Amino acid sequence: MIHTYKLNGYFIALDVCSGAVHILDEITYDVLNLLDKNMSENCPEAVIDALKQYSEEDIKSAYEEIYSLYKDGLLFSEDGYEPFAEMMGPAPIKSMCLNIAHDCNLRCGYCFASQGDFGHGRKLMTFETGKKAIDFLLENSGTRHNLELDFFGGEPLMNFEVVKQIVEYARSKEKEYNKNFRFTITTNGLLLNDSNIEYINKEMSNVVLSLDGRKEINDKLRFRADKTGCYDSIVPKYQKLVETRGDKDYYVRGTFTKYNLDFAEDVKHFHDLGFVHTSIEPVVLDENIEYSLTEDDLPRIFEEYERLAEYIIDLKKRGEPFNFFHFMIDLDQGPCAIKRLRGCSCGNEYVCITPDEDIYPCHQFVGDENFKMGNLSDGKIDMNMKTVFSKANIYSKESCKNCWARFYCSGGCNANNYQFNKDIHVPTNLTCELERKRVECAIMIKAALS
Amino acid sequence: MKHIKTINKENLKETVKKGGCGECQASCQSACKTSCTVANQKCEK
Repeated sequence: MIHTYKLNGYFIALDVCSGAVHILDEITYDVLNLLDKNMSENCPEAVIDALKQYSEEDIKSAYEEIYSLYKDGLLFSEDGYEPFAEMMGPAPIKSMCLNIAHDCNLRCGYCFASQGDFGHGRKLMTFETGKKAIDFLLENSGTRHNLELDFFGGEPLMNFEVVKQIVEYARSKEKEYNKNFRFTITTNGLLLNDSNIEYINKEMSNVVLSLDGRKEINDKLRFRADKTGCYDSIVPKYQKLVETRGDKDYYVRGTFTKYNLDFAEDVKHFHDLGFVHTSIEPVVLDENIEYSLTEDDLPRIFEEYERLAEYIIDLKKRGEPFNFFHFMIDLDQGPCAIKRLRGCSCGNEYVCITPDEDIYPCHQFVGDENFKMGNLSDGKIDMNMKTVFSKANIYSKESCKNCWARFYCSGGCNANNYQFNKDIHVPTNLTCELERKRVECAIMIKAALS
Repeated sequence: MKHIKTINKENLKETVKKGGCGECQASCQSACKTSCTVANQKCEK
């Protein structure tokens, strides 16, 4: 399978199953689009007849190069990965989201967590629960060496003393269990201060800082209970954190909605504020809400991703460091093919723990009783549910099987799939269209900088 | 080649041989928490 497209003046061909990316000239692009996987050594007459605008000699020369890549397995290569997906089953748990606070000091309009309490009342996780969660992870992680723990909420800084206690406890177990904990924290920034910034920069391998971009955009949907926006309070704190972050990872991460379909301006604003590592995500909401995204918005969003891609190319050509999460693709040393078959692996390698000690497949499923996998009190989890999640892969999802982007997105977000289609195996078209566009832009950026 | 420039060196098929160690990050943990892009994760090998 191949995917060809034109973008920003580039003619690009992606060989889906080998991952090969080719930049073509126009004639080769036109020739390739008339071919399929049944190639022979000589250029078919039908191709020559169909492309009267080019000379026969030029067409044959382009065909020769295409055929050479075809023989090398870099065009129309076969998908041989399905047997690996069939062998997949329950795996050790190595990644955990700790909902350290089911409470929040913001009331963001689009919050998927019901303004922080996940619909089940405001609660903070105790150290005892956090300790049990660490023990559960240690016991269920098998031989996996790297364990990830994300402090999430609600707002985790509302319970920061417990965060510190949990970190200390986990660190104390690393040697004994031969594990390496990587802590991350996702915060809205309101409670950041010199002391917790120093701690975060010392202990957290990644920190996600929520900000939607320009002040008027951010404050429209990210506000306190009294409706005051948070931009002015958090931006100086983020800048301070980033200044002293060293080479550790961080992301300034926003959400865009119908209110800011010109979201490239918000990413530019991140750059103007001095942030290098950025992400902005499409809001996930019921389409009846006035600022949710719908398929009618797609042409405008595509245009905006293209504008953003051009902006990033320009920055990079000037030698300025800048990363946009969804345009980061490592064409040479990215994840292996096996990793790409089932994405985040929620409910299998990745789980979420609540202050009530309940275990869910991920933070997005929290609050839906149908997806409660177990409880830390006995440490048992529903193996049937774990097996179902472990087998959710690009071949068990009908619309992913033949999608050219399947090895980049790996089947989409199971929680979003369930939210919109009541089936973790059925992705939503809107999400898929956005993902495909982002991958096209990401590859085009590589072409432009190659 | 005159008409085609291939910009990556690694063949995804080769990665199957050494792949599947399970040590790399869960994609959702890195920055997004809402939508997936797996291809930007780092290989741990």
